[in-house]
Amino acid sequence: MLNYIWFGMMAIGVAAGIYNNKIDAVTNAAIDMAKVSVEIAIGLIGIMALWLGIMKIAEASGLIRIIAKGLRPITIRLFPDVPADHPAIGSIVLNMSANILGLGNAATPLGLKAMEELQELNEQKDTATNSMVMFLAINTSSVQLILPATVVALMGASASEIFVTTILATLCSTIAAIAAVKFLEKRKRFAVAPDAPQQEKNNG
Amino acid sequence: MVDLIVGSLNSVAKYIIPTLLVGIPFYALSVKKVPVYEVFVVGAKDGFTIAIRIIPYLVAILVAVGMFRASGALDMLLNLLAPLLNFVGFPAENLPLALMRPLSGSGSLGLLTDLVNEHGADSLTAKIGATMYGSSETTFYVLAVYFGSVGVIRSRHAIPAGLFADAVGAISAVFFCKLLLA
Repeated sequence: MLNYIWFGMMAIGVAAGIYNNKIDAVTNAAIDMAKVSVEIAIGLIGIMALWLGIMKIAEASGLIRIIAKGLRPITIRLFPDVPADHPAIGSIVLNMSANILGLGNAATPLGLKAMEELQELNEQKDTATNSMVMFLAINTSSVQLILPATVVALMGASASEIFVTTILATLCSTIAAIAAVKFLEKRKRFAVAPDAPQQEKNNG
Repeated sequence: MVDLIVGSLNSVAKYIIPTLLVGIPFYALSVKKVPVYEVFVVGAKDGFTIAIRIIPYLVAILVAVGMFRASGALDMLLNLLAPLLNFVGFPAENLPLALMRPLSGSGSLGLLTDLVNEHGADSLTAKIGATMYGSSETTFYVLAVYFGSVGVIRSRHAIPAGLFADAVGAISAVFFCKLLLA
């Protein structure tokens, strides 16, 4: 899927760029974004280090296990193939809490920690598990109780009006995400392929 | 009423991070006698490796998205979809943002800024736009970072599910704004 989408975006970009006489802009975008990607990743290092350090303390003190236990009734339904006492559940719960509270900076490191722990349970390292896809879908549909600071700044006095609509819309999209994942994970075309291509195997 | 809730939520929000930064080490140190400094450093080390590990995935996704965005293909898609969306009552002014949202965070913030500047923050168009922006995430970016960090290449149903949720989010943003704010 990703192969076709990735190639498709670039191919359409070049074709439409030629048609619209914007081929220079397309070239520049490719080169600029390659640079920006690295800047984003480098910019993440400090925030990642901070939250992963704090997470390690929370883990060592048993806090994560306590939180994971408390939310077990929910998580066991969303992530049935993750053992209830696995550390991944703790990280997933913390990532979701950070998202709900609008702490984007903290959410990403916590989410990546959760991914790493989900990967430990994964038998085919280059292929996403059902739990990984569920976790990603919940993240991209963004359950949020606190409006992003950028929106508050932009909207000024109208910000409080969109508070309710944002929560309702995000609730709908999260429910849709969960339903779509549960429905699609059983489809044959999204099944885990028995053997991955050779050159991809040593990755991860 | 809503003003009060939003105001208090946002004023509580600024205390959350400092509380976590102090509260977690405090609990660990006082209750469990965890050597907090040493443990912090061990955990923090992973920040570097993870950030470096996602670079190839980020480059792949962001370059493709950037080329697509710069080519004007989005505008062509808009022209194609506009009659259909007008027919079902989806406002044409909000369509670019709805299509941009899963692709690019900075791109969609730019479009939202345009909407606010052009129509005013108290217009329904801007409110729908802000609701769309706030109720969704940059699906392709999150996918690249999250799956990339562990080397997952085969995303299976992640993209169809994510895009479906984005579409539902955009439609519900229009629906609830028209219902409650119009």
